[in-house]
Amino acid sequence: MGGVGKRAIERWAPGVRERERMLRAIGVSDAMELYRDVPRNLLLSEAPRIGFGSPLSEWELRRLWEDLMGRVRMYIDPPPFMGGGWCPHFVPALVWAVIGRSEFYSAYTPYQPEINQGLLQALFEYQSLIADLVELDVVNASMYDGSTAAAEALMMAMRVTRRRKIVVVGSVHPEYMEVIRTWLSGRGARIVEVPPRGDTGLADVEQAEKTVDGETAAVYMENPGFNGALDPEPETLAEVAHRRGALFVVRFEPLSLGIVKPPGRYGADIAVAEGQPLGLGMNYGGPGLGVFAVRWDRRLVRQMPGRLIGLTRDAEGRRAFTMILQTREQHIRREKATSNITTNEALMAIAAAVYLSLLGGAGLRELARSIWLRSHYLAKRLAGLDGVSAPVFNAEFFKEFTVEFPTDYLKVHSELKRRGLLGGLPLERFGMGERRALFCATELHSRRDIDRLVDAIADALGAAR
Amino acid sequence: MAGREWRQARWSEPLLHEIGSPEKTGVLLPYSSEDEELAGIVGEPEEALGPAAREEAPLLPGLSEVEAARHFIRLTQMSYGVDVGPVPLGSCTMKFNPKIAEELTRDTRLLMLHPYQDEEAVQGLLELLYKLERWLAELTGMDRCSLQPPAGAAGELAGALMIRKYHLDRGEQQRDEMLVPDSAHGTNPASAAMAGFVVVRIPTSEKGTVDLEALKSVVGERTAGIMLTNPNTLGVFEEDILEIADIVHSAGGLLYYDGANLNGIMGIVRPGDMGFDIVHLNVHKTFAAPHGGGGPGAGVVCAKGALVDYLPRPLIAESGGRYYWDYRCEKCIGRIRAFYGNIVPLVKAFLYIASLGGEGLREAAIQSVVNTNYFIALMRGTEGYELPYDPTRPRKHELVLSARPLARRYGVTAGDVAKALLDRGLHAPTMYFPLIVEEALMIEFTESEPPRGIEEYAEALREIAEEAKRQPDRVRGAPRNTSVARVDDVYANHPRSVTPSYRVYVRRQRGEKLAL
Repeated sequence: MGGVGKRAIERWAPGVRERERMLRAIGVSDAMELYRDVPRNLLLSEAPRIGFGSPLSEWELRRLWEDLMGRVRMYIDPPPFMGGGWCPHFVPALVWAVIGRSEFYSAYTPYQPEINQGLLQALFEYQSLIADLVELDVVNASMYDGSTAAAEALMMAMRVTRRRKIVVVGSVHPEYMEVIRTWLSGRGARIVEVPPRGDTGLADVEQAEKTVDGETAAVYMENPGFNGALDPEPETLAEVAHRRGALFVVRFEPLSLGIVKPPGRYGADIAVAEGQPLGLGMNYGGPGLGVFAVRWDRRLVRQMPGRLIGLTRDAEGRRAFTMILQTREQHIRREKATSNITTNEALMAIAAAVYLSLLGGAGLRELARSIWLRSHYLAKRLAGLDGVSAPVFNAEFFKEFTVEFPTDYLKVHSELKRRGLLGGLPLERFGMGERRALFCATELHSRRDIDRLVDAIADALGAAR
Repeated sequence: MAGREWRQARWSEPLLHEIGSPEKTGVLLPYSSEDEELAGIVGEPEEALGPAAREEAPLLPGLSEVEAARHFIRLTQMSYGVDVGPVPLGSCTMKFNPKIAEELTRDTRLLMLHPYQDEEAVQGLLELLYKLERWLAELTGMDRCSLQPPAGAAGELAGALMIRKYHLDRGEQQRDEMLVPDSAHGTNPASAAMAGFVVVRIPTSEKGTVDLEALKSVVGERTAGIMLTNPNTLGVFEEDILEIADIVHSAGGLLYYDGANLNGIMGIVRPGDMGFDIVHLNVHKTFAAPHGGGGPGAGVVCAKGALVDYLPRPLIAESGGRYYWDYRCEKCIGRIRAFYGNIVPLVKAFLYIASLGGEGLREAAIQSVVNTNYFIALMRGTEGYELPYDPTRPRKHELVLSARPLARRYGVTAGDVAKALLDRGLHAPTMYFPLIVEEALMIEFTESEPPRGIEEYAEALREIAEEAKRQPDRVRGAPRNTSVARVDDVYANHPRSVTPSYRVYVRRQRGEKLAL
């Protein structure tokens, strides 16, 4: 007993070899004496039967991994054209080189600032880069993902305004909506949805005007919406919110801000985003990066959730960085904390900082332009097919857009898969129409890739007819 | 420590904003030669966007790849993780991160995997997640687990919301109180409050465990449940756990297990057998996924019996050898995050468990406890420190020392001791937690720390106590060998100097009077 286990863990627990000596120093003869205060009937008589019967070496693990991943279909030639708040984007090699450094990845949250200045500076730089991107002054060191950032933003708005009504306007990611409902369910929030306009897919400002009242804590919009529609004048909605004393909370798409007006310029009090496009890769949906930014306003900053890194000085006057305004946080404020968040997505924030520092402002603009050109080229070509409407909504878009087919889209989708192409996201999944799908094109799609997709769709539609 | 000298790199590295410029770039964008041609076909975005267009490029500093690499690698040299030395932060379980898991998960097949790909196209990964779910359920004594929560605190929120909904469904709206021991992690009361509960504090007895009489006096019709971690944050096993479970269950409440402290008992005792109804696990602690300087982690939440119906959806499931996501939700609390969970750390946990099997996990737990008690043995009789709450009882994954004698005699606090440890190239323990111990130093070596490392750590603490006696100012002036000296927290947090971004820094430099 124990021999197999000891041999397996020895590589990561060198003390196993010296256990006898250590036990003698402790003054017990058997390690199980250290569990003498555990009720006897609770002690398992043997180790749980989990894993693969016996411990695996690195080589066996590698083969296991190959077997499992061998049963995963990867789309790289061409990359997926599937939207849904998560699209393929390039990951610069330097991102791996930096977040693969174990001085960073094997560190804990920098509770001891003096020995983790590098980590703190990288996180401060992340905050600073995002602040410049959205044109809001204060950015936290990350939330879990876009959806929980949105939920926390709305909870924050409830604390700031001491109101309970949340008005959700326009087209919202259905899974974000579920997350918002779940997170806010404990605090007695009343969530009212104002559906998007049928023609443009944009926020229905008139309807919003009627719904937002003196009880409203926040007006929440996604820009672009889940359906892809990009609002030409979000400031109108900001005014609707502010007139009634509500906060205006916007979820934006980070790469779009290379060419699209940032939330800080159109009245957002809190701006949140999914940072996945910023060099994270797709990884089947996680980890993501919850971007969270607020205006410079005492009322807002003091109610922010999450870690904040600030610039300060050391005892000898050198520039230094440290976690700030911690009295908002759970380890000090306990039940009065602004959030329970502790572990966040720090390493992903650093990935985003590396990514943005490689692009620079001009590079980001060029990238955003390239994405816009490709998605519009795809839409234009699709619109040229008989009976296909692309985009369905009469509004601008960035990288994702809704397409309507003359037939059941799932048939087209299967036909594309047969040809090695991953087409748009079937919106039937969310009950949004059997003939509709959410497509995206990004910098990873060459013109030839897009032509291939469109030709395959043309064929599939021809066959269906 | 005799003879070791240590200095951390001190680069005085400028900020990105001070070395980069918006025109510079470190990447060649894919297919960029096609852009002009495409613009000829679809037009220019600026025109199409109209009022929604950003007039000029954002003011983001760019760098060449050479410069960016140098900048960030210098920053790594001013950082400290488990691969550099011990990080014995209590309740953080900073164990070694096996390199094979890092290597395997850096896989293009994972990187390029879209979350909405059809289930048929991702069977291998779903099988992995399914096995992981089964293993975690077995290890905790629960029936099912949801892989949704991206971190422990999110798992706690899920658990608290499950408890809330369970009582509501039974028509017991009056159950609005969550019991939380005073030694609990700060996330417990914070999560309970987020879920809408009133937090009722339970004191700790002299033995270092939940005060049963106090517990009995507060349970009742308003009790929704209790959030406990066992072993608790003193590292002491709650030996009365079965009685605690009985008291809370008899009153109609539920038991929530905070899995942050599972490492010392995994494979030895199961929360499910202790009477817990809901458990969360910190994959980035117990199952060796890295902490990432703050994250990402994963906070799997598990439940048994009637509580399974309340787990956040979707759940991973299997039928006839086919794996799928089960979205059915009749009573469930909904969704904790978009998509399925933090897949990469979850995969690392799978690889860790596969590497060790049940017996290996059990040996890891035992060794972590041996390490804790070996350190206590080494500290026995060391002047300046105490082990509060029954020092004769064995501790499990962690222990809490008090530096109260040093503080009383020489005015050297736990915080000073922590900084003096940094000067020796050792990461400090968790300080000033749990709140019930004065001048607390909460220490968890995990099974990974070599005995020699534990001995050096004990020796360093002894040296620091000596120094406190002879030259207390020297200890109070630590650290000196780190990248910077002691950080000015007052300046960092003062409403007129607080600077959370470079934008704010620039505004201050321009003479704007900014106050928070």
